[in-house]
Amino acid sequence: MSDFPADSILVLAEVSPTGTVQKSAAALIGAAAQVGSPIALVVASPGQAADAAAIVATFGATRVLVAEAADVATSLTVPGADALAAAARLVAPEAVLISNSIEGRDVAARFAARTHSALAVDAVNVSRDDEGIVAHHSVYGGSYNVDSAASTGPLVITIRQGAIDARAEGQPLVAEALEVVSSGAAAATITGHTEATVAANRPELRGAAKVVSGGRGLGSEEKFVLVEQLADTLGAAVGASRAAVDAGYIPQTSQVGQTGVSVSPQLYVALGISGAIQHRAGMQTAKTIVAINKDAEAPIFEIADFGVVGDLFAVVPQLIDAIEARKK
Amino acid sequence: MKIIVLVKEVPDTYGDRKLDLETGLADRAANDAVPDEIGERALEVALTYADKNADTEIVVMSVGPNTVPGTLRKALAMGAASAVHVMDDALMGADLGLTGEVLAAAIRRTGFDLVLAGNLSTDGSGGVIPSIVAELLGVPAATNLSSVEISEGAVAGVRAVENGSVNVRADLPAVVSITEALPDARFPNFKGIMAAKKKPFETLTANDLGINAEDESKGRSIVVAVSERPARAAGVKIIDEGDAASQLADFLVQNRLV
Ligand SMILES: Cc1cc2nc3c(=O)[nH]c(=O)nc-3n(C[C@H](O)[C@H](O)[C@H](O)COP(=O)(O)OP(=O)(O)OC[C@H]3O[C@@H](n4cnc5c(N)ncnc54)[C@H](O)[C@@H]3O)c2cc1C
Ligand SMILES: Nc1ncnc2c1ncn2[C@@H]1O[C@H](COP(=O)(O)O)[C@@H](O)[C@H]1O
Repeated sequence: MSDFPADSILVLAEVSPTGTVQKSAAALIGAAAQVGSPIALVVASPGQAADAAAIVATFGATRVLVAEAADVATSLTVPGADALAAAARLVAPEAVLISNSIEGRDVAARFAARTHSALAVDAVNVSRDDEGIVAHHSVYGGSYNVDSAASTGPLVITIRQGAIDARAEGQPLVAEALEVVSSGAAAATITGHTEATVAANRPELRGAAKVVSGGRGLGSEEKFVLVEQLADTLGAAVGASRAAVDAGYIPQTSQVGQTGVSVSPQLYVALGISGAIQHRAGMQTAKTIVAINKDAEAPIFEIADFGVVGDLFAVVPQLIDAIEARKK
Repeated sequence: MKIIVLVKEVPDTYGDRKLDLETGLADRAANDAVPDEIGERALEVALTYADKNADTEIVVMSVGPNTVPGTLRKALAMGAASAVHVMDDALMGADLGLTGEVLAAAIRRTGFDLVLAGNLSTDGSGGVIPSIVAELLGVPAATNLSSVEISEGAVAGVRAVENGSVNVRADLPAVVSITEALPDARFPNFKGIMAAKKKPFETLTANDLGINAEDESKGRSIVVAVSERPARAAGVKIIDEGDAASQLADFLVQNRLV
């Protein structure tokens, strides 16, 4: 018999290779607390787990299971899946919440396949009905809302990064060590690791309240700086179209769209972006859309709340000045 | 080396995609069916390796309805040696878990050294099939690779993650998924299209693979509600005559966005 609450929601709190708890953990616990008792699992290298567990409690986990594994830094995905399987056996949760990050998806996939559990991916929210936990998805670029549930057993849900605003109240740390028996499943080996440099003072693209994105219309890496200048004036994150990424103006991690990041900000500003359907798929749920494009026929205008037909190299510098003037 | 490439057929994204509001399944009649773009790039990785290593056999594999042979024929015309199509009414609306089980069973039956897949399909955007397949096959998965190096007995590459990148390697047999950072696929030429007609093409059912799609002991993800979001309407559109920036700044201030 498990001594965990019947409404336990098991949350895998993602920890970076250097031991930092990822921001997604606060959102996952916030989501879990809406529908049940959030029980967190921290999987980290020996020596790093205790600090991580303390942080996770401040996010609102009522209990924190701590698994220290010597191979998390060298072995891909399998140590996480093994620990999650052990935690789920112990907790018997109604649902398992995992970040829809690249690593999170892989752990979710291995765990669900191993335990024959139902898997719901890229959810933007969770709720509870008479039958249990329901995952809410925004599909085909936000054109449809789809709800899914498990036919039987727990629902394993990956949660879109930046999609959940709910946060839970911090809890006193109740940590317990989790015994993990290695599955022995074959894993790929991690042979090296490079941390990306992020612009320190700029908000992260996922979950940002404002986003300014640039497209092929910026013309060059040097001129793409204009996008960053407007973003900084507005306190916005920087995004891009795939054409801008392919042209090397900005790294792929900033790509907005179907095969990039999906954002739902209060304000989305598209500069020199035509508004191809694959780009719209990642941003058309924004509350307010502004577009500046010199082609009056560009499809981005079909969804823009405020469209300017004009040369962005003329309009954007004036806009920056006008905003600065009105801020005074 | 025997390489299996997983290619999913998806609705063409150059058109508004539709969901059936009764079933929550893709409305396949609404769009042309095309090979998933990143899956085609995975095939290109295999073909590039085969160009340099004569002793390479490429099998393309897909689970899906009766339009999928078109997608697989295109892959054969590009240079794959044979195709495996799993088609079964019992698999209509299969969730990710069931699709993964079917693919894993078909891969095991065909035999492989390396499985290549896309990291994300453009319709489901699940990004989980490669790892599900690896788990069920009991082999390592090197996923989300933005560069791949295949050698005799091993595969290595750079895995792009949110906060940086990781170098990974795995001994074969293994599953690899690749991102759109890898090169676009080649076009089939006339000779390839003619040759494709004579290449082996196997069609399998769930039963052939020993899969019971109705096994109720396994948790499946089921759709409980679907609704369509109202389409966005266009707002104001002004032509810049020197004062557009000022009008836009006013709009932002009025909407408390500054
Ligand atoms: C499977 C698949 C997935 C894809 N995924 C994505 C994705 O995730 N994200 C994405 O963005 N795309 C994606 N694409 C690509 C997409 O189809 C488009 O090719 C891409 O979005 C175009 O980028 P763009 O608007 O910057 O470039 P373009 O379409 O070339 O548009 C550039 C625009 O800039 C304007 N312009 C030029 N100069 C100026 C100026 N001085 N002032 C003002 N305006 C100017 C032009 O009028 C034009 O409208 C995908 C495609 C496929 C097939
Ligand atoms: N039905 C399918 N048939 C063949 N391959 C598939 C299928 N579904 C997914 N895949 C493979 O798995 C990758 C990721 O798909 P997904 O997990 O659906 O985002 C795709 O790029 C394909 O390589």
